[in-house]
Amino acid sequence: MKNAYESLLGGKQGAIGLLVLATLILVVFPLLLDTFRLNMVGKYLTYAFVAVGLVLCWGYGGILSLGQGIFFGVGGYCMAMFLKLEASDPESTKIQSTPGIPDFMDWNQITELPMMWQPFHSFSFALLAVIAVPTLLALIIGVAMFKRRVGDVYFSIVTQAIAAILTILIIGQQGLTGGVNGITDLKTLLGWDIRPDSSKVILYFVNAFLLLGCVLLGRFILTSKLGRLLMAMRDKEERVRFSGYDVASFKIFVFCVAAAFSAIGGAMFALQVGFMSPSFVGIVPSIEMVIFAAVGGRMSLLGAVYGTLLVSFGKTYFSESFPELWLYLMGGLFIVVVMYFPNGIAGLWETHGRKWLSRYSLGKKLFGVPEVKARVFTAKPVEKAAPRELETTP
Amino acid sequence: MEWLSDFGAIAVMQGFNGLSVFCVLLLMALGLAIIFGQMGVINMAHGEFLTVGAYTTYVISSLTLHYVPAMQPYYFFFAIVASFFIAGALGWLVEWAMISKLYHRPLDTLLATWGLSLVMQQAFRSIFGAREVGAEMPEWIMGSWAPTAAVDIPKNGLFVMGLTFLCTATIFLMLYRSRWGLQVRATMQNRVMSRAVGINTKKVDRMTFALGCGVAGVAGAAFTTIGSTGPTAGSLYIVDTFLTVVFGGAASLVGTIASAFTIAQAQSIMEFFLSGSMAKVLTLSAVILILMLRPQGLFSIKVRK
Repeated sequence: MKNAYESLLGGKQGAIGLLVLATLILVVFPLLLDTFRLNMVGKYLTYAFVAVGLVLCWGYGGILSLGQGIFFGVGGYCMAMFLKLEASDPESTKIQSTPGIPDFMDWNQITELPMMWQPFHSFSFALLAVIAVPTLLALIIGVAMFKRRVGDVYFSIVTQAIAAILTILIIGQQGLTGGVNGITDLKTLLGWDIRPDSSKVILYFVNAFLLLGCVLLGRFILTSKLGRLLMAMRDKEERVRFSGYDVASFKIFVFCVAAAFSAIGGAMFALQVGFMSPSFVGIVPSIEMVIFAAVGGRMSLLGAVYGTLLVSFGKTYFSESFPELWLYLMGGLFIVVVMYFPNGIAGLWETHGRKWLSRYSLGKKLFGVPEVKARVFTAKPVEKAAPRELETTP
Repeated sequence: MEWLSDFGAIAVMQGFNGLSVFCVLLLMALGLAIIFGQMGVINMAHGEFLTVGAYTTYVISSLTLHYVPAMQPYYFFFAIVASFFIAGALGWLVEWAMISKLYHRPLDTLLATWGLSLVMQQAFRSIFGAREVGAEMPEWIMGSWAPTAAVDIPKNGLFVMGLTFLCTATIFLMLYRSRWGLQVRATMQNRVMSRAVGINTKKVDRMTFALGCGVAGVAGAAFTTIGSTGPTAGSLYIVDTFLTVVFGGAASLVGTIASAFTIAQAQSIMEFFLSGSMAKVLTLSAVILILMLRPQGLFSIKVRK
C-alpha cells in the first residue's frame, strides 16, 4: 500500500492537502451554505475540473490551450442533449406542431429529430459520448498539431480560433443546438427529477467526489514517470526528443486527459445548473478558466481548485455589488499573478504559508517542510530560459 | 446581354466588397505582423489599441464640431495622425511596464496582455459609456461613386483602401529599406549578436512595439469611417487578425498581405452564397486545416536554428 499512498496521495504532505480540500468541499460547504449557495459552489467546482486539467497540460506539459471551453462545452452539450430528449417526450410537448422533439427545434420549423440527436436517447451512449467525443476531438487536434511540431504559441492561437469557430457554429445552427440560448429546461435524469433541492445536494456530492477523483488521477499521472517526462519536455523539449522519447505522443495524451476532465465538468454543469449554452464554449470562458488555474497555481492540482473557487466567488460577489469594478479587478489580478506570482496561491503557500504555520507546534507537525521533499509537487515552474539567447550563444 | 452586365456589376461590387474586407483585415494585421511576426510577442490587447485609435478619432471629431466647425472637412487627417501617436505612446508605456519583463515567457505575455485588454475594455466603458459611438464624418467621405448605373462603390471603402496602401508601403519601406528596419530585423534574428555589434536592442524592442500599436491606432481611425465604435469593438477581430498573421507565416510581411487577401476574398465570396456566420466558420476552419498541413504558414523565411 505504500506505493499507492505515495503515488495517489503524494506522501504525507499530499495526503494532508487533499484531506483539507475534501473536508472543505464535503463537510464545511454543505454544513455552512444553504442549498442555493451550495449549488453555486457546485457550479464553480465544475469549472475546477477544467482548471485541474489545465494544471496537467499547461503547468506540467507546457501546452497552453486557450480552448478548454470547447471540451467543457461539448461534454456539457452531450449531457444536455440526453436530458433535453428526456424532457421532451411526446406527452409533455404535445402542444408543439411536432410533439416529441425539443422545443427549440419546433420553433425553428424542424419536423424531425436530426440524425445527430438520435443516439442521445440512450443514457449509456450519452455517458460514453460525454467522455469520448471531447477526447476524440482533443486527439484529432493534438495529433494534427503536435505531430507536426507546432510551437506552443501557435497551438494557443489555433485552439482559441477553434473555440471561436465552435461558438459561431453553435449559435448559427439554431435548429440543431438551440442557438444563443442553448439547451434549456432540463428536467429529469432517467426519471429522477434534477430540479428540487434534495437532488441538487446529491448532485453536488457526486460532483465533489468526481472532482476529487480527477485530482487523484491527476496526481497519479504526475507522480508517475510520465509526469517527470512532461516537465522535462516543457523545460527542454529537444533534449527529451534526442533521448529517444516520442514527445508528441506524451503531449497528445496529456491534452486528451485535460479534455476528458473538462468534459466531465461540462456534463456535471449541465446536470447541476440545468442548461448549457454557447457562452461556456467560446474564447472568454476558456481564458477565464486559465485564470483560475493561474491564480490557484499552475503547478498545483489542489491550488487550481482553490483558485477556481476564489476567483468565481470574487466574480459573483463583485459583479453583483460593483459591476464596474469587476473587470478592472479581474484584469489587474491576471496581470499581477502572471507577472509577479507565476506560481499562484500554491506558490505563496509553499514560500510563506507553510513557514508561517510551522511556528506553531501543531502546524509544524502537519504542514512542516518534510526532510525529503515530494519534489514533483513543490517544483517551481522553471522559466523557459530565453531560447533565442541560448541558441545563438556560440 | 442585359444579364451579363448585371452579372458583371455584381461581380465588381462583390469583388470590391472583398477588397474592403481585405483592407480592414490587413490594416489590423499590419500592427500585429510587426509585434507578433517580428518580435514574437502575443499581444492579446491589440484589438484594444485599435479601439484607442477609434475613440481618439471620435473625440477629435466631437471637439472639432464643437469648437472649430469650419475645420470639420479636414479634421480626419489630423485624427489619423493623433490616433497613431496616442496608441503608439500607450504601446510604449505598456512595453516599458509589462512586455519588457516577459520576453522570456511568451505564453505568460499572452495571459498578461489578456488581462490588460480586460482593463482597457472596462476603462473605455467607464469613460465613453457602454453604448456605441460614431464619429461625425466629413462630407467628402460619405456617399458613393457610381461609374456606371449598375455599379455603386462606397467612397469610405475607397478611402480605407488608399490608407491601407499608404500604411503598408510605409511599413514596408521602414522595415526593409531603412536603417531602423535593419536593426529591428537583426534584433529579431539574433539578439545577442545584434547587441554585440552595438544595437540597443531594448530601445529597438520598445520602438517596434510602439510602432505596431500606433498602426493599430490608425486602423482604428479608419474603422470609424465604416462602423461605430464600442468598448469591445477591437476584441471582436483579434482572432481573425491572429489567424491572418499566422496563416501568412509570421515574420513575412508579404505573407500577411497575401493571407489577408485570401481570407477576405474567400469569406466575402462565401458570404454571397451562404449565411455570414457559416461563411466565417468555413473560412476559419479552412485556414486552420491549412495551418495543420503547413504549420509555418504560407510564406516562411528559412532561418537556421
